[in-house]
Amino acid sequence: MRTNGPGRDDLRRAVALTWTLAMREVRAQYNKTVLGRAWSLISPLVTIAVYSVVFGLIFAGEAPEGINSGIQNFALWIAVGVVSWTFISGAIGVGMSSLLSNSGLLTKVYFPRAVLVVSAIIATIVTFLTELLVVVVIMAFVGGPRVLLGIPVLLVFVLLAAIFCTGVGLLLSIGVVWFRDIEYLWGLFSQVWMYASGVVFPITLVAQASIRLYESGVSINGEPIPLLAIFRLNPAEQFLEAFRAIIYHFVTPPPGVWLSCTLWAFGALAVGALVFRAKQSRVVEEL
Amino acid sequence: MKDLAVRVENVTKSFRVYTDRNQSLKAALLAGRRAKYEDFLALDDVSLEIPRGTTFGLLGHNGSGKSTLLKTIARILTPDAGRITVDGRLAAMLEVGSGFHPNLSGRENVYLNGTILGMSRREIDAKFDSIVDFSGVERFIDQPVKNYSSGMYVRLGFAVSIHVEPEILLVDEVLAVGDLQFQEKCMEKFSEFKAAGRTVIVVSHAIDQMRTFCDQAAWLRNGKVIDVGDAMTIVDSYANAEHGVRRVESGGTRFGSGEARISSIEWLVDGADTRTTRTGDHVTLRLHYESDIEIPRPTFGASIDTRDGVFVWGHHSLDAGYVVESIRPGVGSVDIEIPALPLRPGTFDVSASLQDHAATHVYDALQKAVRVDVLHGTPTESGGVTTFGSTFTNVSPPRPLV
Repeated sequence: MRTNGPGRDDLRRAVALTWTLAMREVRAQYNKTVLGRAWSLISPLVTIAVYSVVFGLIFAGEAPEGINSGIQNFALWIAVGVVSWTFISGAIGVGMSSLLSNSGLLTKVYFPRAVLVVSAIIATIVTFLTELLVVVVIMAFVGGPRVLLGIPVLLVFVLLAAIFCTGVGLLLSIGVVWFRDIEYLWGLFSQVWMYASGVVFPITLVAQASIRLYESGVSINGEPIPLLAIFRLNPAEQFLEAFRAIIYHFVTPPPGVWLSCTLWAFGALAVGALVFRAKQSRVVEEL
Repeated sequence: MKDLAVRVENVTKSFRVYTDRNQSLKAALLAGRRAKYEDFLALDDVSLEIPRGTTFGLLGHNGSGKSTLLKTIARILTPDAGRITVDGRLAAMLEVGSGFHPNLSGRENVYLNGTILGMSRREIDAKFDSIVDFSGVERFIDQPVKNYSSGMYVRLGFAVSIHVEPEILLVDEVLAVGDLQFQEKCMEKFSEFKAAGRTVIVVSHAIDQMRTFCDQAAWLRNGKVIDVGDAMTIVDSYANAEHGVRRVESGGTRFGSGEARISSIEWLVDGADTRTTRTGDHVTLRLHYESDIEIPRPTFGASIDTRDGVFVWGHHSLDAGYVVESIRPGVGSVDIEIPALPLRPGTFDVSASLQDHAATHVYDALQKAVRVDVLHGTPTESGGVTTFGSTFTNVSPPRPLV
């Protein structure tokens, strides 16, 4: 299109802009609130407390025993799930609406449009990392310092999850510009997705459910419905398994989880990037 | 090959104009497509060459495609066909302060906005003081910008934009921001830009400003380039064709339907037409007209602006209750008596108009046709544009005067 196409200078500029916009989000987030950043810990804490009471106490849910950590605590087990799930759904949500909410900027200044999606997700990562830090510190006290050894692997999975969310975010951010319904659909879908990801119950319960269904006569070709296998096709469930393995069980996630998380992350990124590239030039007109 | 800053080659851009806009999935599923729309051709095979170092104006009505062209050059919009070649760092000032975050302080927003406009952190560090100084909001720089007045907001935004110092600057209708003093500062900065050999591409409705500000101009209508060339010539032919505004040999401009015309304005002091006058003078403003038709109950009007364009005074015969049955074809005049001129020393422009009985149809408006210098007279007051004939009195507690 033009002789002075994207060069190294453009790239440097895009990176600087991404970082600045992400920091703008982080700084402006809890501005003017009395408790400030503490809010980013208080709201997951309340969610964890509610789920612990409802699913742990009332429904008598049982947390598995931590493999290397020896921890068996429903609240701690659910904390890992809640924090990880909040990140995945939150990052996709902000990524999705980042183009719409910055329409004022898009129509007035040129910059690579994907910067908005990526910076919104980076801002969410900052929150996620503070929450993870708190959880890891608690785990270190309860289960021993061995959890600290898992931090490099943990960071790899944070990165993979962020790549996955970026891919989905890029895709949905374009989608929502053309069909505003997607924003509301997403609200419903993310609720369903949360339960489908085993945030509040261990997947061993899913395996049991599949057996119960079989015993009551529900089957496919005489075989039990492979509920667990279906469950594990869900990328969010895989990421949750990974985070739980590292933080709750103090083990490295199994190779299958590594593989599926990597595939989901880069698969989503490829699809998202392709769609975004094809459609980004018309975004400004459609806003 | 000429040294070009921007080359626009056969650029075409169309927009979808939705006749039945519905951004919902339901509508899309029911209709089998998303919405009904028509294509609107905003730019139709536009080609332009903008030489380096010129100040280039884009003229045209709303919808002529001038803003679309500017946005296409700025890469905000992508052309459907054709190519645009930009040689040099480019910054667009389409809306000052876009991207300001209300909850962040002025200082943080300078960094944020500067980065959005393409400055590196080090560059902003170096220019920060100059930016704040230019904006005149030093005292509030650490306050959140949501507490700023709209003037302060715009000034800070403008200050950041102008300090990007790109090789090519795109400007859309932002010359009219802030008070007069600030506008002068801006024009000065633009002059520096020109002197430094940078290229400025500007879209504006203020055609008087365009005439003096631009070297070259392009005139667009319905997405097509009508004419390109020397700014004076293009602005004049544009103004003439699109607004019916014509420059008058004796000074000023005129517009209107033209069946009757204000032929001249006289500024009479002691019966003599003069261009210098004093505060307190008894002035007769005599409007001469010539008419081709009979106009029932005509409305005559006159107004005075400062040289900087501040509207000081205006009056017309309808408001004055001076309704004449009609004027006949031919020539004539009408007088406006000013018993004691309350203008303080300065330079003022006089305009006059001839309208219909309801002051809704303009037969002729002769604008800024006469320039009058007001010299010291009586009363002598200390400052401003007007005198009130004011007095000091009642010092309390009472003291003798010397």
